[in-house]
Amino acid sequence: MKAACLSLIVAALALSACNHSAPQAVAPVAKTPAPAASAPKKAALFVPPPESAIPSDDFGKQVALGRQIFIDPGRYAKAYVGNALSCENCHLDAGRLAHSAPLWGAYPMYPAYRSKTHDVSTFAARLQGCFNYSMNGKAPPQGDAVLVALESYAYWMSKGEPIGVAPPGHGYPKLPKPAIAPDYTRGEAVFKRDCALCHGDDGQGQQAAGRTVFPPLWGTQSFNWGAGMEQVNNAAGFIKANMPLGRGNTLSDQDAWDVAYFMDAHERPQDPRYTGSIPATRAAFHDTPESLYGATVNGQLLGRGVAARP
Amino acid sequence: MKYLRTVSLIVAVSYVGIVSAAATDGATLAQRGNGHGAAPCMACHAPNGGGMAAAGFPRLAGLPDAYLRKQLEDFANGSRANATMQPVAQSLSDDERDAVADYYSKLPVPAQVPAPPLKNDVAQSGQMLATRGRWSENLPACEQCHGPGGIGVGDHFPPLVGQSATYIANELHAWQGGSRHNDPLQLMQHVAANLSDADITAISTWYAAQPMAPKEQQP
Ligand code: HEC
Ligand code: HEC
Ligand code: HEC
Ligand code: HEC
Repeated sequence: MKAACLSLIVAALALSACNHSAPQAVAPVAKTPAPAASAPKKAALFVPPPESAIPSDDFGKQVALGRQIFIDPGRYAKAYVGNALSCENCHLDAGRLAHSAPLWGAYPMYPAYRSKTHDVSTFAARLQGCFNYSMNGKAPPQGDAVLVALESYAYWMSKGEPIGVAPPGHGYPKLPKPAIAPDYTRGEAVFKRDCALCHGDDGQGQQAAGRTVFPPLWGTQSFNWGAGMEQVNNAAGFIKANMPLGRGNTLSDQDAWDVAYFMDAHERPQDPRYTGSIPATRAAFHDTPESLYGATVNGQLLGRGVAARP
Repeated sequence: MKYLRTVSLIVAVSYVGIVSAAATDGATLAQRGNGHGAAPCMACHAPNGGGMAAAGFPRLAGLPDAYLRKQLEDFANGSRANATMQPVAQSLSDDERDAVADYYSKLPVPAQVPAPPLKNDVAQSGQMLATRGRWSENLPACEQCHGPGGIGVGDHFPPLVGQSATYIANELHAWQGGSRHNDPLQLMQHVAANLSDADITAISTWYAAQPMAPKEQQP
């Protein structure tokens, strides 16, 4: 009974992905004796099959298409994308890299109960959320070829994993609370030192030959206010493990928190669930200290949104 | 060897003809040097700035101004150690560095001499490193920083296409050995540390065999 309860909570947490989590659900987990906590620190990571193992039959074609969409949705799922990002920008190595919310860490955990809406979401529904928020676009309808291909890719990648067991390396790491509260000015200093080289002084990233090489971190072409990366804890975990590119785990935890706060204290496209008022939208969807939506930072009220396409 | 001797001959000959006027004009520096330590750049980097593949003299034409300027600084301060270029860079004044960097950044990208075709397995592993990286060792793909097709990105990420296999391999070995440690955030030191000799052969010959993209649309 207890175990069933725990996996339910874990599943609900895993859902807190491209859209908002229900942070209130976190508290009970800490009190539940978790067998995973005593596991050796360097738990063996699942190794997904090599890309060369994608079969060449009709199923394999869907897998390959899913991979292409994941790497370049602006080209292969254009109708559903509203910014300059790709799935791979936040799920590195085409969704294969541990601690970068890999697809093999998510696929075996669905369908999952969602505490916020009191319903059970399928994996496809979870993918829809990514298009709505992280990609600032539109959700492909259930059964759409884009969802079929992406789900095929995730299924293929997860071959041999147990169902309903969150594998080590899933999601982004959950960093311990910072020693001192995250701070904009310190975050700005980290940004200038360790991020601006690639993401630009203005955070708008860099392009070459019309392609996004370094993705924008805020502004019209980045993820919107409904995306999971908007929460400072998610961003801090991602940044700590994966940034600067190729130099993951070189920032201190404090630096990762500060720079995540700095990034998330910038304006971006409006939350598509916007109710017409910032305080009401905050109360409905951003009622957590991890979100700066509706907060005033540096004299700026956040959450006003910027137009997606000027 | 014979090649190097020819080059030093050119350098020596060009030296004789140097005019003493202080040259802060980029073209003059490139063609005649500055008369007090900087040999004419074109003796090694070729009159069109395309470099000399066999000798490992890099292409300078069309590289980002800020990148070229920084390299001259780095040779001079020793964070990029190289017996040939250090004395050249040290002898250039600030103004001369500005002028010559500006000059080369504006030269058109020269037509490329086609590199020899690759063996299949080498080509494959080169392409893999260039476009996918090797994330099991935390190694990003080269093009994630050097741009699609290795055309370069912005001021800080130089193009790889249009450089010779010899030069690319030389630089990767220089980072491995520590003689070049001028890269921001130690990005290239980390990349090079994760490459084997076979990887270096594969990636350098792969880039050298890529077609030169038409001059990238710089903003
Ligand atoms: C701006 C960054 C960003 C982009 C772009 C993005 N995601 Fe996500 N994604 C996240 C975040 C943040 C999470 C939450 C991870 C967590 O809870 O640890 C997430 C979670 C997920 C999950 C669930 C992971 C899990 O372990 O439960 C899936 C599946 C997913 N994303 C797929 C996609 C797809 C497909 C795309 C492209 C259409 C995409 N994402 C684009 C940031 C992004
Ligand atoms: C060497 C270049 C480089 C540096 C330095 C760098 N990044 Fe990134 N960053 C990237 C690239 C490239 C991606 C996309 C990764 C991919 O597609 O595989 C990325 C992705 C991201 C993303 C997810 C995509 C998005 O636009 O939201 C965030 C957030 C991010 N970086 C934050 C940071 C922060 C904060 C720092 C400084 C601590 C930093 N990066 C430093 C290159 C860099
Ligand atoms: C005697 C030959 C020689 C002469 C003369 C010479 N160079 Fe070089 N240059 C080299 C070599 C060799 C390298 C590569 C060094 C290395 O491997 O690090 C190089 C590298 C460079 C680089 C770095 C390019 C890159 O892609 O990082 C710059 C910039 C440069 N030279 C500028 C100049 C300028 C400006 C002059 C004239 C004032 C000049 N060089 C004269 C041989 C020469
Ligand atoms: C994380 C970002 C990053 C990645 C990934 C990366 N590079 Fe670089 N590379 C740089 C930067 C930055 C420089 C410029 C260093 C400097 O300022 O001197 C550079 C410079 C170079 C140079 C010197 C060019 C010249 O003109 O002197 C070579 C050669 C090179 N890289 C090869 C590679 C290869 C091959 C790969 C893939 C195996 C690769 N790089 C991957 C960031 C990167």
